[in-house]
Amino acid sequence: MTELESFRRETRAWLEAHCPAEMRRPVASDNDYCWGGRHFKFQSDAQRTWMQKMGERGWTVPTWPKAYGGGGLSKEEAAVLNVEMRALGCRAPLVSFGIWMLGPALLAHGTEEQKLEHLPKIARGEIRWCQGYSEPNAGSDLASLATKAEVHDDHLVINGQKIWTSYADEADWIFCLVRTSTAKKHTGISFVLFDMESPGVTTRPIVLISGKSPFCETFFDNVRVPRRNVVGELNAGWTIAKYLLTHEREMIGGIGERSNVKPLGEFAADAVGRDASGRLAEASLRAQIARFEIDEAAFRQLMQATGDRARRGEGNPAMSSALKYYGAELNKRRWELMISAAGADGLEWEGERSNDGTLARTWLRSKGNSIEGGTSEIQLNVVAKRILGLPGV
Amino acid sequence: MALVLNEEQGMLRDSVKAFLSERAPLAHLRKLRDSRDAVGFDRPLWRQFADQGYSAVLVPEAHGGLGLGAVEAGIIAEALGRTLTPSPFLSTAVLAARALARAGSQAQQAALLPKIAAAETVIALAVDEASKHRPAAIAAKATRDGSGWRLSGAKTFVLDGHVADHFIVAARTSERGLTLLVVDPRAAGVHVERTLMVDAHNAARLRFDAVRVGADAVLGEADAAGAVLDEVLDLGRTVVAAQLLGVADAVFERTLAYLKERRQFDRAIGEFQALQHRAAELYIDIELTRALVLGALQAVDQNSDQDPAQVALIVAQAKAHACTTANRAVQEGVQMHGGVGMTDEFDLGLYMKRARTLQELLGDAGFHADRVAAMGGY
Repeated sequence: MTELESFRRETRAWLEAHCPAEMRRPVASDNDYCWGGRHFKFQSDAQRTWMQKMGERGWTVPTWPKAYGGGGLSKEEAAVLNVEMRALGCRAPLVSFGIWMLGPALLAHGTEEQKLEHLPKIARGEIRWCQGYSEPNAGSDLASLATKAEVHDDHLVINGQKIWTSYADEADWIFCLVRTSTAKKHTGISFVLFDMESPGVTTRPIVLISGKSPFCETFFDNVRVPRRNVVGELNAGWTIAKYLLTHEREMIGGIGERSNVKPLGEFAADAVGRDASGRLAEASLRAQIARFEIDEAAFRQLMQATGDRARRGEGNPAMSSALKYYGAELNKRRWELMISAAGADGLEWEGERSNDGTLARTWLRSKGNSIEGGTSEIQLNVVAKRILGLPGV
Repeated sequence: MALVLNEEQGMLRDSVKAFLSERAPLAHLRKLRDSRDAVGFDRPLWRQFADQGYSAVLVPEAHGGLGLGAVEAGIIAEALGRTLTPSPFLSTAVLAARALARAGSQAQQAALLPKIAAAETVIALAVDEASKHRPAAIAAKATRDGSGWRLSGAKTFVLDGHVADHFIVAARTSERGLTLLVVDPRAAGVHVERTLMVDAHNAARLRFDAVRVGADAVLGEADAAGAVLDEVLDLGRTVVAAQLLGVADAVFERTLAYLKERRQFDRAIGEFQALQHRAAELYIDIELTRALVLGALQAVDQNSDQDPAQVALIVAQAKAHACTTANRAVQEGVQMHGGVGMTDEFDLGLYMKRARTLQELLGDAGFHADRVAAMGGY
């Protein structure tokens, strides 16, 4: 038996022994995800236990080094873990911006001290992070951000405002872009980490068209941050910001692909009805759904091909922009078709029948996919410039 | 399986591209078209396909072929799409070769497969009967006549039918049963009319008036050709999808170069965001098609280890996607080139015409989207 095979056996046995039955049921809504952190309200003991058991093993972040709380697994072993978790239907034990975004950035750009301090807490789900990037006047043109950090010998003093800060009201720490020099646009930005409980930090949730408030306005009023919390050099935060954005793009791009709901065609046929030969009774909707499913299949193949090319050292990093663009547009199309198939039933906003308007609210929420993490238009600019080599601004 | 070409496949891609751009660039198609060539392709070039191994790609090794798969056939087709080279590759080396290899008797295989590998014959598969591809509605009929059969009916859009040495005809032999018959074009009652098509495609309309064929003309089992035909058509669809990808790629390459070189308002037109975004979207569509087509070609090759319904699904997805992408590529190509794109002297029109024909061939995007819906149970 190869080493990988014995790893597979041990992994399967361990998962069978430790993954609670409740954590093997498919995720039904966003409320079922475990985000961790100081203030997280676990849905159940099972959810807490599952996060802790996996965290102890480092399997919340399987490929991170063991020294930083990771599982120390090779890519092949991590793939085996993934397959085995899927086979048992295990839920992800922990989802977080720390895992997806800050962690990779710290691994690449953090000091040893920063890695040792922050990564294990992300891995164990102890600290929940939020991202302080956008500002009221710095959206697509992110580098024009103005939140100011005065630099002193051993600390910085931060004043300003962020917006669209996802889950800022539930987060424990923030990774934040601040202006430490006004001499130059891109090279006057620093990447800093600080506790959201620091004096001078306030958050205000923003009610979205979905009626929910996943985003906040975040205000900084003379917030004092130690110098050692700057990641990378002072004024060199833009490089880290861009590195991290590609991880964010991959995450949002992946939304089009990640789904536990029943196939769209089946959902629509059940909702709209079928004709005598079993076809979805509305021919135009049927055709649109088929075209959508074809594009979705192509997207899945392209995600795989891009990964396979990257493993061979081929491919262009800007491909993440292409995938982010297409995944976001695809997800918007999916929810347009869902809401169309559901008809008047899909428009109910409250009450048990509609699970408090889940479909309508998810449809509305999906509109943000092509805005957050860089708009679709910005992604197309990146593709035109970095992949196609077209000239311009 | 990784969605990338392996080393040998990468070498094949490079060599077939180099071979075709040297021996059969677009000027080759123009010459055949403008001289109203009676054959429509260059026979010496077809023989060279044998030297290169292209005509032998799907012929089993036991019959003098290379015994390779759909991925390799797709690589060759993609290159043919880039140069628009007229060739019996699809009719003979893909469709006929696969039909014979899957269903042929030992005698049929021994007689025909080595000739395909050696590019010494042209064999045309006759399926379509109406303006749209609808194999479920085949009405050409063969009835038993002594030990043999009598075939009546009409076929259209038969690739290379005007110069074929043999036809493989799909005929209805019972309410639900189809039979594949190998028919000699010179037999009494066979009428062949070459169709001159928009893209100088080589095809013909055929009519069979009570054509008598022997018992040995049956390819595979009588009344049970449905599964073989489906398999052969799905291989063909995937290979045509690869060819459409080649068309889209070639058009995009030319268009992108033009965006960088054409100047108006004192700047390259590729600086205008309106064009940049359309170019970026088209690029993404082409990459989506490339990944999906390779996935489909690989699925066809792994046929035996996979659920046949899964193979049919990804083939339908790939053909539909390739049709849509190539269509978009040629429209954008002509539009972005402006007036010059409308001239016959410029090459884009040739690509637009070929893309249209390849879209219709073996089912357009609508046909395959309908299959996707039906297979999805809605």
